[in-house]
Amino acid sequence: MGTVLTVRDINVYYGAIHAIKGISFDVNRGEIVTLIGANGAGKSTTLHTISGLLRSKTGDIEFLESSIARTPAHKIVSMGISHVPEGRRIFQGMTVEENLQMGAFVTKPDRISHNLEYVYDQFPRLKERTKQIAGTLSGGEQQMLAMGRALMSDPRLLMLDEPSMGLAPILVDQIFEIIQNLNKAGTTILLVEQNAQMALSVADRAYVIETGRITLSGTGEELAKSDEVRKAYLGG
Amino acid sequence: MSVLNSLISGLSLGSVYAIIALGYTMVYGISKMLNFAHGDVIMVGAYVSFLLTNHAGVNAWVSLVIAIAICTVLGIVIERLAYRPLRGTGSLAVLITAIGVSYFLQNAALLLWGADPRMFNSLFRGFQTIHAANGSLTITPESLFTILANIIIMIVLTLFVNKTKAGKAMRAVSEDNGAAQLMGINVNQSISLTFAIGSGLAAIAGVLMCSAYPVLMPTTGAMPGIKAFTAAVFGGIGSIPGAMIGGLILGVIEIFSRAYISSELADAIVFACLIIVLLIKPTGLLGKKINEKV
Repeated sequence: MGTVLTVRDINVYYGAIHAIKGISFDVNRGEIVTLIGANGAGKSTTLHTISGLLRSKTGDIEFLESSIARTPAHKIVSMGISHVPEGRRIFQGMTVEENLQMGAFVTKPDRISHNLEYVYDQFPRLKERTKQIAGTLSGGEQQMLAMGRALMSDPRLLMLDEPSMGLAPILVDQIFEIIQNLNKAGTTILLVEQNAQMALSVADRAYVIETGRITLSGTGEELAKSDEVRKAYLGG
Repeated sequence: MSVLNSLISGLSLGSVYAIIALGYTMVYGISKMLNFAHGDVIMVGAYVSFLLTNHAGVNAWVSLVIAIAICTVLGIVIERLAYRPLRGTGSLAVLITAIGVSYFLQNAALLLWGADPRMFNSLFRGFQTIHAANGSLTITPESLFTILANIIIMIVLTLFVNKTKAGKAMRAVSEDNGAAQLMGINVNQSISLTFAIGSGLAAIAGVLMCSAYPVLMPTTGAMPGIKAFTAAVFGGIGSIPGAMIGGLILGVIEIFSRAYISSELADAIVFACLIIVLLIKPTGLLGKKINEKV
């Protein structure tokens, strides 16, 4: 198996607010690992710290055996971590194709057309809309574009932040099917979700985050059955 | 015919404003700051060209190239030393710093080159003025080349931001700095490049402007800087075609006001037009709605 990502005792502050209070976890090759928890628990902050947009005051983050806790965000991407942020944050004024080109910013030129084909294979809807301005896409299509854009850099680890947010149930199913397909094709996935039920159903392992701390961990199945998780996140 | 003559001088002056406005608008787009020192970079460019041609005997066109190079470096240095350390501290601190840099450049010029106005020699000495329609229509080489330069710069810049990797990265950073970093774009590098391009263009604008209006002193850049800023806002700040249209309209309004209304009131009329446009369309002529991020 081998560990892809190790997060050890990180503490993150927003000014005076102590948002992450000593979180540690790891992600193994080929896994889908999910972080679940309520709004504001610190899930997105954790992802932002891994991708280098925020910094931890303590501890370390190791990716493929090298420390990335002090690496600038733009270099972390080329090391193999791709982050699909909350709210998609696609480049609204650019076309679908240009967004995908931005996703390939650090990709070797000879890999770009191969990756583009792979993304269009996974998301045929994007292929029909290559010249469309991204801001005019529907919510589901924007999520697909954000994921496709992240795949353009050949990620070893794909981090998804709330991919189901604001989508109709049928689209949520579709997005989760794609997540499983990507995982089967070999991409390791770290998934942050408020939709705990969906997340636990696809995850190999899961961690529950509450107010900046990990309070529970286990396999997706174990946590889906646990009383505490059922009460707090699965509506009884 | 005098209407046509005024129109040509207006377009020529407007082209200078447009080239300067590009620097304002691109820098605003990418780092959301108003670089009020931009006007003074124009003055530095003009002085460099002036000193090289008049005191070192350098060919005027070579001096222009050197002025562009020096201003490009100056732009990068200003950003690195004055603005980058303040990134993320709030717009007021950056704004005050920009005004400080502006005064610094003016006073450094005063110290180095003195307060005496210098007579700038036109870059286009030796070129013929075109007379047409029995001599009633006059096109000076300064007007002609300034308008041409503006058109060429606009075409090249539009191609650059739409077709090249570095240009697209600049657009990505302008739209969403954080998301751009997640693509692997080095935001600092993109911002440096933007300052470099804007400042290089400022040198061109300085030499073109002083070729047509040949009085050069340390405050020479201040008023055109403010007018070009007005042009950028007029056209929609952050928009490259907006800077072009805003600059041209402003130049034409200014020259027509001087010719037909009153030369004392011309500046007041220019700024009144800005106020009217902003009242009707607060984002400027081509400005996009600003998406506030939560």
